[in-house]
Amino acid sequence: MAAEKQPARKKIESTGQMMKIMSEYFYDLNDAAAASDRKVAWCTSVGPAELLRAMGFAVHFPENHAAMLGATRMATELIPEANTIGYSPDICSYLTADIGAHLKGISPLARAYPGIEAPPRPDVLVYNTNQCRDVQDWFSWYAREFDVPCIGITSPKNFTDVSEILVDDVTRQIEALIPTLEEVSGQSLDMARLRETVALSRECTELWRQVLETAMAVPAPLTFFDGTIHMGPAVVLRGTRQAVDYYRQLLAELQQRIADGSGAVDDEQYRIYWEGMPVWGRLRQHSELFARLNVSVLVSTYCSSWIFPDFDPEEPIRSMARAYLGLFIVRSDAYKEQYIKQMLEKFRIDGIIYHDAKTCPCNSNSRYGMPQRLERETGIPSLVISGDLNDLRCVSDEQTVTNVEAFIEQLEERKDHA
Amino acid sequence: MTRPVFIGLDMGASRTKVVVIDDQGALLGHAVKKSGIDFAATAAICLDDALLRAGAGRSDIGGAMATGYGRSNVTFVTSRSKTEISCHARGCFHSFPEAQTIIDIGGQDNKIIKLDAAGRRQGFKMNRKCAAGTGAFLEEMSARLDIPLQEMNNLARRATEMIKIGSYCTVFSATEVLESIRHGKPVADIIKGIFYSMIQRVLEMDSLTEKVVLCGGVVAHNPYLVEMTEEMIGRSVLLPEYPQLTGAIGAALFAREDAEN
Repeated sequence: MAAEKQPARKKIESTGQMMKIMSEYFYDLNDAAAASDRKVAWCTSVGPAELLRAMGFAVHFPENHAAMLGATRMATELIPEANTIGYSPDICSYLTADIGAHLKGISPLARAYPGIEAPPRPDVLVYNTNQCRDVQDWFSWYAREFDVPCIGITSPKNFTDVSEILVDDVTRQIEALIPTLEEVSGQSLDMARLRETVALSRECTELWRQVLETAMAVPAPLTFFDGTIHMGPAVVLRGTRQAVDYYRQLLAELQQRIADGSGAVDDEQYRIYWEGMPVWGRLRQHSELFARLNVSVLVSTYCSSWIFPDFDPEEPIRSMARAYLGLFIVRSDAYKEQYIKQMLEKFRIDGIIYHDAKTCPCNSNSRYGMPQRLERETGIPSLVISGDLNDLRCVSDEQTVTNVEAFIEQLEERKDHA
Repeated sequence: MTRPVFIGLDMGASRTKVVVIDDQGALLGHAVKKSGIDFAATAAICLDDALLRAGAGRSDIGGAMATGYGRSNVTFVTSRSKTEISCHARGCFHSFPEAQTIIDIGGQDNKIIKLDAAGRRQGFKMNRKCAAGTGAFLEEMSARLDIPLQEMNNLARRATEMIKIGSYCTVFSATEVLESIRHGKPVADIIKGIFYSMIQRVLEMDSLTEKVVLCGGVVAHNPYLVEMTEEMIGRSVLLPEYPQLTGAIGAALFAREDAEN
């Protein structure tokens, strides 16, 4: 039997520091839930976290918890718990996994952080539907479960340009959240503190952009799979000094890798763009599969979604509205295609892989002809793989491997004939 | 033998196919067996059988490549394995050196592969995680109706009407078939509907451009599928001499190229 090449997995040294600040974040959340003088808000990942943090809330992100359920491969056993109470297996598997975990009374936090049993009980739930309607349904379920307020922003969708009319709309919706949040927190909104939080969010996401853009180097010093892990602080600690400090450290390490000519994948032969969600329960297998094929999956729409250049401390609420509207997922196909085309050029991409996530249509851009249109316009080949973010019942490993290997063989053929 | 032979092995989910070709690419011998549960043993038995038919021995092997699901279980390969998509493409282009759309109907997978005039792959599609349109679908129907697979082809030819099957799911399709039986529909008409459904599921995967080439074990054993495909797409299709062996032939051709390099 031909020996299969075992890929080397290159450790990012800053990971230790990331684990430390993530640990501090979760323990702080846990402490807040127990304290009488602090309130806990649950927030969607691109919801008004800046506002919540500025008002003194400890902020929990159920999507982060759901991704942990996926990465620890607990999700697939928990999703059916939510299915039995009426939440279809066809809807968001973040939602079903997270609600299933609550119903079963288990959490990956308990395994990772001794002393923590579960996510903190919320005092208020705040959503933004800029990702999908499912987040609102998800939060509404918890609002009924805990008998606490559920408020949020109903975002416009499928627009190409972030017009002032849309910004006006979302600004008003953010402002409308404030009275309820003041009532729950017992404090008035301090605009100076909000400006400071928005400034830190801006700094955090600007550094995150620089981190991701190190992958423009050949060979790329980090992969999409690294990015899915290291985006943690940008998601849950946006608006804090810890996140800013962490990304400075990570950026310095990656810049050193570039200076040393050290790629994340040995002998990088092909550079791939990943469109869509990761398969959380298969991060390691997918990372090893591509490394074995000397392929660097080095840029993605998903990790780039936490770059918010619109945050501006001079007009904090309006710039929050602009930032939340600027998100890729909420935009029209015309915008998305233009964005992806720019990324293909910027990162010198050889091929695109679209992950068609069964339960996440909003994050699956392979269903309305986009791969075919982009392939026709750019000449860059694409592959669609079927899977899911959390529900491994929707994932076929053998099919994925065959598809990916065949796709790389196709790229090799192109190179041989070039 | 004085000249080396080259081996291509396609270990599919259902059948294992081995071919022996000479240094000019001519087919000298082949063997097909059920893949079973011991892939390595099946591969070895198949290899020896094919070599025997080719009048060659293991010492004559100048190169060998494996493809298909069980490719990593094969011990006698000399080349890095390639996927069945690349091998079917190579095998079909060897038979028909022109731009083409290949439809491969296998035991578990369907594939549509597009090649340009130089044989370069332009893209490919595999069926999603569903057996609709595959050989497994036909086997399921054969078992439900208790009609041997080899008889289904002839029965379909005798149909006077066609009972259409609408479901995307193999198991629910079987329920539709049982419903037709309950209603006293002629078996031949039902089987024609089964074949129609198979092709329909495959054609839904991608558009067809240039010449259409059909290959795979299901096509090899059910010539009625070829006729029905032509009728459904409104033009003639090309069929390699050994439709079930195109993947193995492609692998053997790659093994020969690797040996030359």
